[in-house]
Amino acid sequence: MKRIILRKDSYYDSVFLMLISSNIKKMKGISEAVVAMGTEMNVDLLNDMGMGGPELKGATANDLIIAVEAADKQTIEAAETTVDEKLREKADDSSASGWRPGSAAAAYEAVPDSNMVIVAVPGQYAAREVRKALQADKHVMLFSDNVSPEDEVALKKLAKQRGLLMMGADCGTAIINGKPLCFANVVPRGPVGIISAAGTGLQEVSTLVARAGSGVSQGIGTGGRDLKSEDVGGITTLMAAEALAADPQTKVITVISKPPAPSVADKVIAALKKAGKPVVVHLIGRTIEKSVDGNINYAHNLEEAARMAVALAAGENYHSRVFDVDDDAIDAIVERETEGISSQQKYLRGYFTGGTLTDEAVFLLDAQLGGIHSLEPVDPANQLKDPHRSQEHTVVDLGEDVFTVGRPHPMIDPSIRTERMDKESNDAEIAVVLLDCVIGYSSHPDPAGAMVPAIKRMKAAAEKRGGYLAVVAGVTGTEGDFQNLSAQRQTLESAGVVVMPSNHQAVQFVGRVMAKLAAR
Amino acid sequence: MSTNKLNDLFQQDLNVVNVGLEKFADSLRSLGTKTTQVDWKPPAGGNAELIKLFDRLEAAEASGKLDRAAANKEAIDRVQAGKPTLMDIGIAKDVVPGMHKKLILHAGPPVTWENMSGPLRGAVMGGLMYEGLASTPDEAAKLAASGEIEFDPCHHHSAVGPMAGVMTAGMPVWIMENATYGNKAYCTLNEGLGKVLRYGANSQEVLDRLKWMADELAPILRAALKAHGPLDMKNLIAQVLQMGDEGHNRNRAGTSLYIREMAPYLVMLDEPKEKIARVFKFMNDNDHFFLNLTMPAAKCTVDATAGIEGSSYIYAMARNGTEFGIRISSMPDRWFTAQASIVDGLYLPGFTADDAARDIGDSVITETSGIGGFAMAAAPAIVKFVGGTPADAVNFTRQMYEITMAENSTYQIPAMDFRGTPTGIDVVKVVDTGILPAINTGIAHKDPGVGMVGAGLVKPPEKCFQDAFKAFVEKYA
Repeated sequence: MKRIILRKDSYYDSVFLMLISSNIKKMKGISEAVVAMGTEMNVDLLNDMGMGGPELKGATANDLIIAVEAADKQTIEAAETTVDEKLREKADDSSASGWRPGSAAAAYEAVPDSNMVIVAVPGQYAAREVRKALQADKHVMLFSDNVSPEDEVALKKLAKQRGLLMMGADCGTAIINGKPLCFANVVPRGPVGIISAAGTGLQEVSTLVARAGSGVSQGIGTGGRDLKSEDVGGITTLMAAEALAADPQTKVITVISKPPAPSVADKVIAALKKAGKPVVVHLIGRTIEKSVDGNINYAHNLEEAARMAVALAAGENYHSRVFDVDDDAIDAIVERETEGISSQQKYLRGYFTGGTLTDEAVFLLDAQLGGIHSLEPVDPANQLKDPHRSQEHTVVDLGEDVFTVGRPHPMIDPSIRTERMDKESNDAEIAVVLLDCVIGYSSHPDPAGAMVPAIKRMKAAAEKRGGYLAVVAGVTGTEGDFQNLSAQRQTLESAGVVVMPSNHQAVQFVGRVMAKLAAR
Repeated sequence: MSTNKLNDLFQQDLNVVNVGLEKFADSLRSLGTKTTQVDWKPPAGGNAELIKLFDRLEAAEASGKLDRAAANKEAIDRVQAGKPTLMDIGIAKDVVPGMHKKLILHAGPPVTWENMSGPLRGAVMGGLMYEGLASTPDEAAKLAASGEIEFDPCHHHSAVGPMAGVMTAGMPVWIMENATYGNKAYCTLNEGLGKVLRYGANSQEVLDRLKWMADELAPILRAALKAHGPLDMKNLIAQVLQMGDEGHNRNRAGTSLYIREMAPYLVMLDEPKEKIARVFKFMNDNDHFFLNLTMPAAKCTVDATAGIEGSSYIYAMARNGTEFGIRISSMPDRWFTAQASIVDGLYLPGFTADDAARDIGDSVITETSGIGGFAMAAAPAIVKFVGGTPADAVNFTRQMYEITMAENSTYQIPAMDFRGTPTGIDVVKVVDTGILPAINTGIAHKDPGVGMVGAGLVKPPEKCFQDAFKAFVEKYA
């Protein structure tokens, strides 16, 4: 039986509701549950799912829908009670922290010395909130995606005119004055200033800077379009570079991006050359022609960018190396992990939650494996035919929009990834699984623990078929993160996962494993 | 190019406003970073057309085409400077502009006899009988429908009336003057509770009381007021807010203060003491006596803002039992209307929501001026109307700051550390936030002649605010 309830004028954030939906769905006896705002899209979605009804007539974006399907009335009622409890958790929080302004304008009036505004609202409303924040003279971190390129250009121009920083759109990570914003890790303050067009790229580099014993002065996110789009023209990157150049705490500037538009790249490089301090640049997916150009040092991967920056900041020479441990040690693990892999097991499967980490894996292994299928492959011919089904060598970012419609990002709720792993556990041709595990603020409280059952099921399935499944992972995080780096590593290791100290080393290790298999 | 403010930011303590996903605020708070969570909702209820208009409006403001801030400041300055003063009592036909024998003034925006609600019809019939133009309700109804009688909103004649708000030529009226700007406002005298004309009752008992009010009450009160001299209403309203009234649904303190103020002059009048006693008793029996003084006080205060170009200040809200209407300072003669709402209220014994008429009356002029529902936090005695606890009342008032332009410089709320009441509703803020003005009100029976059935809270229809906003953007952006 089904029950559909429409509550007028009760707005809640969609991510908050998605988490509630996924909690309710996990309850015993519930076959379907949707808790969502009554937007046109959601109502259509419910109708398509067969969860629509006359109750939804006249629903607006401000009305809350609770739709539950279960075997019996008691279960439905229990689900409703749980929804109310979860909704109240939010209300209780608010009473603890006192009065909450109902609009951003009221907040700026009430807290005139606020200086940073995080905008994390549905995309179509985000531009206006950003504009208001800029007009109120606040720096902005725009977390929302689905902001049009035109809006982004106009907002960044306004920000520049007012001398304000506008991070985003689609900026998931920043570290300002040592404070992690949105998805970010606990890293010490130090001499490395980072400008990143990629969220998990910034997380990976900042945590590896911490791992190398140094720290971060500022970690500025720019949003993916800042350098990619000629119209945006690197406004945020250029402002950030100027500020970090003038910042006495920053000894080295590190810039991470996907390959920029050529004209933008020229502009940015020209500006960085005038920074008066060493600069490390890593352009993911681009081959390096010249590794040093004046004060500009080009890094080959995220880890190298971090280690190079730490060395330069300390005034030391950078020594290139792939693995923390020597090759013999690596060979021994490769030997151990490949031993049981059967001859019919041929392929690599990468199940990622971080976009930049995915790109790094695809780019590094593509040539060696003769092409990796992906949603953003190196060669367009390797475009994954069905995003929901892996084919041959496949590495997917499960945080892509195609997977997250109406569901929380897998960094918040790992079920998108574990469901995919379970679905593909019966694929007899998988030899190696490559994973990322991103911890830090806003991430799932125990991402490693959440995927262990799926890892074990995949391994068991391979063994049942007479083979062995090698599972390799990198953990992005620090000991200071509330999930704790060591604890996460240990959880994975105890499930038989080879845990490497960085995404790059995990990818390189998989490269060795695949080479060994190919040589057999 | 202006200077890069990033390096300043690097030197400051981070102080974050989080608009949207609350998770982000939780992390920052756990780190001890000062963080303010906004209780964000889609603007204008997520209406794409309205959001486009906001973009247009904001562009016009950014380009300097429209200086709404300056216009609104002018409006709010006039409201703050207004000095409502009770001057006298007169007979409507002698003092109210345009008043004549065959004109009936009513509450709310314009409405025809055909479209009038039950209580308003009942009051109109009573008014016609009071004027001697009809002798039975049937006769009065026929006359009202004949086209011989003219109907017009009180608001078009510098007047306001509670509930049905019916004012006829022969009724005594309070004369209020805004001492700062010289404009006047008028309102009938409050008849008391139970079966009364303003709730649509029109029995002989009702007519007899009205007659006594004109013949005995009004002349005596007038003589006392004359002896006392003009009464500073602003000061009096400021006092009642500190004594547990909010100036709309609770008027016990105000009525008491008025009696106290006038008592020395009443007792000295050269009238038989039975008459003086009847006047005292009448006022004492009717807690809402003072409402008909706060209303014209509010009216003459806000009327000073009529016609300020570029202002989005709402200077009138009113209901006639059929429609709710508002008027904007920059479009002073235009009503924006929508169907009046059902009141969410508490009912007198024997009545239920099925008996209720739609929202009616000009008394919402109190909220328009920054008291009434907007000052709910000042009136803990009537918090059951807003949810039950004094904290609810405080939150109620607090929310109204988000749709108003200023804090009142005179009207203050003790429970909120003497913060000024939220004053000056901005139609742009209402549409943007989706927060509708909080209105306290009485509930009339839906049938003519029955009277009051309860009191409560009413949310005005969103549509009239949106329409006014659209017209404003069309005119200026």
